[in-house]
Amino acid sequence: MTTQTTAPETPETPSAPSTGASPSGLFGIPAATGRALAAGAGVLTIVSTFLAWTWTSDFPGDLTVYGYPGGLQVLVLIGAAVTTLLALATYDVKGLGWLVPSGGDAAVKLAALATFATAWYTVISISVELGGVVNLEPGGYVVAVTSLAALVGALALPFERPEPDPIDPDSTGWEKFRHSLAHGWNTTKATFAAESPKPVGKLPSYAEILIIVAALALGLTVFTYGIGTEYDELFVGFLILAGFGFAALNKAGLIAHVAQITARHQNVTVFGAFIAAALFPFTQTDDQYATLGVYILIFATVALGLNIVVGLAGLLDLGYVAFLGVGAYAAALVSGSPNSPFHVHFPFWAAVIIGALASLVFGVLIGAPTLRLRGDYLAIVTLGFGEIFRITANNLDGTSGPDITNGSNGIASIPNLDILGFDFGAVHDVAGFSIGRFANYFFLMLIITAVVVLVFRRSGNSRIGRAWVAIREDETAALAMGINGFRVKLIAFAVGASLAGLAGTVQAHVTYTVTPEQYLFAGPIPPNSAFLLAAVVLGGMGTIAGPLIGAALLFLIPNKLQFLGDYQLFAFGVALILLMRFRPEGLIPNRRRQLEFHEEAEAPAVLGKTGA
Amino acid sequence: MTTETTTKDTAPGASVPGERVLDARGVTMRFGGLTAVRGVDLTVNSGEIVGLIGPNGAGKTTFFNCLTGLYVPTEGEVRYKGNVLPPKSFKVTAAGIARTFQNIRLFANMTVLENVLVGRHTRTKEGFWSAVLRGPGFHRAEAASRARAMELLEFVGLDSKAEHLARNLPYGEQRKLEIARALASEPGLLLLDEPTAGMNPQETRATEELVFAIRDMGIAVLVIEHDMRFIFNLCDRVAVLVQGEKLIEGDSATVQGDERVVAAYLGEPFEGAPGAAEAAEVAEAEATAAEADATASKADATAAGATTADAEAATADADADTTTDAAPGKENDR
Repeated sequence: MTTQTTAPETPETPSAPSTGASPSGLFGIPAATGRALAAGAGVLTIVSTFLAWTWTSDFPGDLTVYGYPGGLQVLVLIGAAVTTLLALATYDVKGLGWLVPSGGDAAVKLAALATFATAWYTVISISVELGGVVNLEPGGYVVAVTSLAALVGALALPFERPEPDPIDPDSTGWEKFRHSLAHGWNTTKATFAAESPKPVGKLPSYAEILIIVAALALGLTVFTYGIGTEYDELFVGFLILAGFGFAALNKAGLIAHVAQITARHQNVTVFGAFIAAALFPFTQTDDQYATLGVYILIFATVALGLNIVVGLAGLLDLGYVAFLGVGAYAAALVSGSPNSPFHVHFPFWAAVIIGALASLVFGVLIGAPTLRLRGDYLAIVTLGFGEIFRITANNLDGTSGPDITNGSNGIASIPNLDILGFDFGAVHDVAGFSIGRFANYFFLMLIITAVVVLVFRRSGNSRIGRAWVAIREDETAALAMGINGFRVKLIAFAVGASLAGLAGTVQAHVTYTVTPEQYLFAGPIPPNSAFLLAAVVLGGMGTIAGPLIGAALLFLIPNKLQFLGDYQLFAFGVALILLMRFRPEGLIPNRRRQLEFHEEAEAPAVLGKTGA
Repeated sequence: MTTETTTKDTAPGASVPGERVLDARGVTMRFGGLTAVRGVDLTVNSGEIVGLIGPNGAGKTTFFNCLTGLYVPTEGEVRYKGNVLPPKSFKVTAAGIARTFQNIRLFANMTVLENVLVGRHTRTKEGFWSAVLRGPGFHRAEAASRARAMELLEFVGLDSKAEHLARNLPYGEQRKLEIARALASEPGLLLLDEPTAGMNPQETRATEELVFAIRDMGIAVLVIEHDMRFIFNLCDRVAVLVQGEKLIEGDSATVQGDERVVAAYLGEPFEGAPGAAEAAEVAEAEATAAEADATASKADATAAGATTADAEAATADADADTTTDAAPGKENDR
């Protein structure tokens, strides 16, 4: 998918039939020259980010200063540095070999592409926003030229060209055109193909843990940077660089190596990831982005709960947000809010239990009749029940029904939590950092997320988890193996529901108000059932990291790209279609699913632990 | 074949020799107006291998589905060790009847080991809370399950591929894995639905040994098969099902010698018989009209619609004794 931007270049390539087997570059430049060009132009690009790119500070980020890169320049600088490093690594420079365990050429190409795309995006948006290329300072031209040169040099690196399929002489012109397009596409794919990485050697465990810490720190930095981007251009640049950069590191084999190392220290990794997440509020100076953090965390936690139902047990639930709603309403009703007909104020632990239990009961009530259905029918019925919940909550307002939920006005002024004298509404000073309201809730939510991750991990890798996967794979065979299908599915449904309810209890306090309109099937603001499902599918079904990353992206992108405006949902739909076409297993694929969707890929027959 | 090594160690579902393991009485299965199985009686004693043969569409798999609770028989009852079986397939498995499927139904995206562990489901108790809390009991049960599963994989010769995805196994090994998965539920009776379909002679021979080894573990076996050599080598008794009814039951010699069986079972239109050859056979059939008539009268009584020529062609084929009619997926498995 990431290679698409270069597709138009391919047809220009003179495809001599003799080049079929011998590796050669995309352009007629010798490989050695190309490599030198990529490395040299990479260095020049780094230098160019220290120049001024435009004359006025009207373009956000202030790109006018010599000697001090700012905003998008920093992103280009990072991209260029990575390109240069990778290019040097392909020269077998001592000490850099670890960067490219699966051969550096493909990685250099992608890194150069990342730099090029970010640099040209910047230059073009300067020209467009300020009205013409005259607004570019020499630095802008320099970076445009050098990043292009680096890309050209990188693309000249040799690769194995695929043999074109023989052409059927009877083909019509249209078929020939399609044939040449297909060949072009194959060539493009081959351009960025890398060998499978060498297995990572055994390091002393302290070194491996250090690598994990470094990887987590990098992840936290990237996430914090993304969440803290202050203007649209910077976020788009961030997305471009992060997307292509990740692809480059993946092709270099680094991602695979880190994955192997984390697989050896799973508990350390999970624990470290929570520490890294808990450090997030300390990187923020005010509560502005901690708000985003806690909303993302709520969304992600619910998505992870849905992943048990959809990813493990294979039950397509289109009304999942209702369980979040039940939990939130239950917590709101006993929170001491003036709108609640029960004028009680339970301690939080009791509210949590009530919220989870209410969702559990609701889940069993919905599951018991519907789980006898399979596939599409189940999806439709759950969709219906999701809407029934919302409409019921709307009608329990004292006029259409008994006064419980205060109708469409919802339950407002939910007081802040106070656990053991710790007031969640107040700002606290921890080690010199001021931790605001949303950061407080962020920590609380993190605990809930940890519970959900724990439940997911442990139940997934056990007798019940295997039964879920078996039901998903082949229900008839699973029944014949002695699995009580209905019971096992009901457990999955109930577990998923109560985890969502758990998240709902916190959500009620974070948002102050609980209204039925927060729990739609589809709407522009996550979480809603459609977005939850999208987060699971986009991130990767059956994994832990997948829904977390999917949810973060799905929340951040609409939030940061305000200029999309009314086209938000449209863009989202297009992105989802593209993703499903080119990476149906999701961003973080479960090994199982990857093999399922890419049968042609060489089958690394050995599968590690269950999923994740 | 590595099967001989671990045969004697465990026979959890084993029972006293001679005990009646399976007792199906008057099993009838109707789908609307169609009677797929009509009044079939069948018994299997412990330590026995019983074969079930019959032409395609005779109702063998439907009968299997009735035994394993996938279908609820319209009439009749099925007893396992004297107890009437519940009409739910997972309860049947828990009671002690395990099965394999005609078209392999492994959990393709699970590993070989996980497939067998799923088979252990009825013999383990750990529920959701135990999995989340992970007390010592959980670890003990999980370790025991894994050890038992590895034993079974060793038994069928797949222990070296425990971490492979089931989908990546070659065909013959998938069949073996299905048997291992069925054995994991510690059955007293194993139902095999065409275990050698699509196998070459060597693999068939290996499967034969495997089935003997399973019998030696004290597990009774009921097997559907089209490979006559396999069936007659293996089985103590053979029952013939034709048009949903049991034609005859007895030892290999009785069944082989019964000309009704030969006519009825092989009287079906021979699959893939070329038109030209058919014409020649018709001529041949006319030449031996008197003989053919005698056969035809019996064939008509049992297998309506079988033409003289077809019956003749099939009889000729039966002499060759190599009828391996494997068309996986042809019969309804569900």
